[in-house]
Amino acid sequence: MTRSDVQLMLDVKAGDDVSFGLLLQRYRLPLVNFLYRMVRDAATAEDLAQETFLRVYRARKQYSPSAKFTTWLFRIATNLALNSVRDNRHRQLDVSLDAPAEEDEAPVQIPAKEMRIDEHMIERDRAQFIRRAIAALPEKQRVAVLLHKYEEMDYVEIAKILDCSESALKSLLFRAYETLRVQLAPLLAQPVAHRAGEGRPS
Amino acid sequence: MKCEDVSNELIAYLDRRANSAERQEVEEHLAACAACRTRAEEFRKLWTVLDEVPVLEPSAAFDAKVRERIAGEPERGWFARLVPQPRFAFSVALLAVLTVWLAGRPSERTAPFATAPTDEEQFQMIDHLGVLENFDMLTKSDVLSELPARPQTEQAPAEDETQPQGDGG
Repeated sequence: MTRSDVQLMLDVKAGDDVSFGLLLQRYRLPLVNFLYRMVRDAATAEDLAQETFLRVYRARKQYSPSAKFTTWLFRIATNLALNSVRDNRHRQLDVSLDAPAEEDEAPVQIPAKEMRIDEHMIERDRAQFIRRAIAALPEKQRVAVLLHKYEEMDYVEIAKILDCSESALKSLLFRAYETLRVQLAPLLAQPVAHRAGEGRPS
Repeated sequence: MKCEDVSNELIAYLDRRANSAERQEVEEHLAACAACRTRAEEFRKLWTVLDEVPVLEPSAAFDAKVRERIAGEPERGWFARLVPQPRFAFSVALLAVLTVWLAGRPSERTAPFATAPTDEEQFQMIDHLGVLENFDMLTKSDVLSELPARPQTEQAPAEDETQPQGDGG
């Protein structure tokens, strides 16, 4: 029988390192991807995910199952990601305006329908375009979309992570998706064939 | 339901987390509003498009690196446990400062004694009792305040002694 997150964490608190390994196994993939979509850098995302797990381990003795484990985990990750994004923004302000732009910042061309380009390239460019649109959202909206769309969390949990009411969260999500709908309009008009059939967060 | 009202419930309706009453309200609005119907359809397409972002696999060494970082944590020994946490130390220091400050303030109960009149002042009050008990003079004191700074009458000569002399210095 699968042990719940809370049970695993209580076992970690009691000194069981194997349970900590199981939590690592269960959440490293969603955590790394959540952080990657937040900071847009794979190495930084891994580093922040490791830091998140380290903080969980550090706080194991004080753990009490008053909230869902994932609420706690993603709240730590969100704070780390937002600090990283802000630090990075400050660092970028210090960089000379004459410095060459990073490859990732190069403008992405949305391929026109009639263009015959390698399908893989199109997919890569589309993914980059989507990532950039998500990254351009205001911080709170971005976290809300990532937790709603990709982590499939319920409204109560996301609201707790963002420290806002459920009603405020619904409004936040609507505004975020509305912005993305406008920004990604060229992609909506050309859906990728093999993705047909998908289309809801959960 | 207006378009603005439906916007907050639209996402919950589309991801099937709205309750039956909310669902019915949204459905009624969508049946009557073409703009919101289009928006709802595009939200569905948007969620399909958002799925195109590929999943990033964590590196093979991920778990080992977490373990490494945990192993690198400094162990808090018995001496470290005696050293208070920064937040606790700050609270204690703040409390001590507040205590010292409050103790240093003059107590309100001692204030009347500190300003009690001296023997000399009490004698002066007795000297002036005649004036203070003169009801007519007190009720007409407004008139006195409108007099020029240098009084012409002999009623208050003592007051002038404390004032700097304006002419002839």
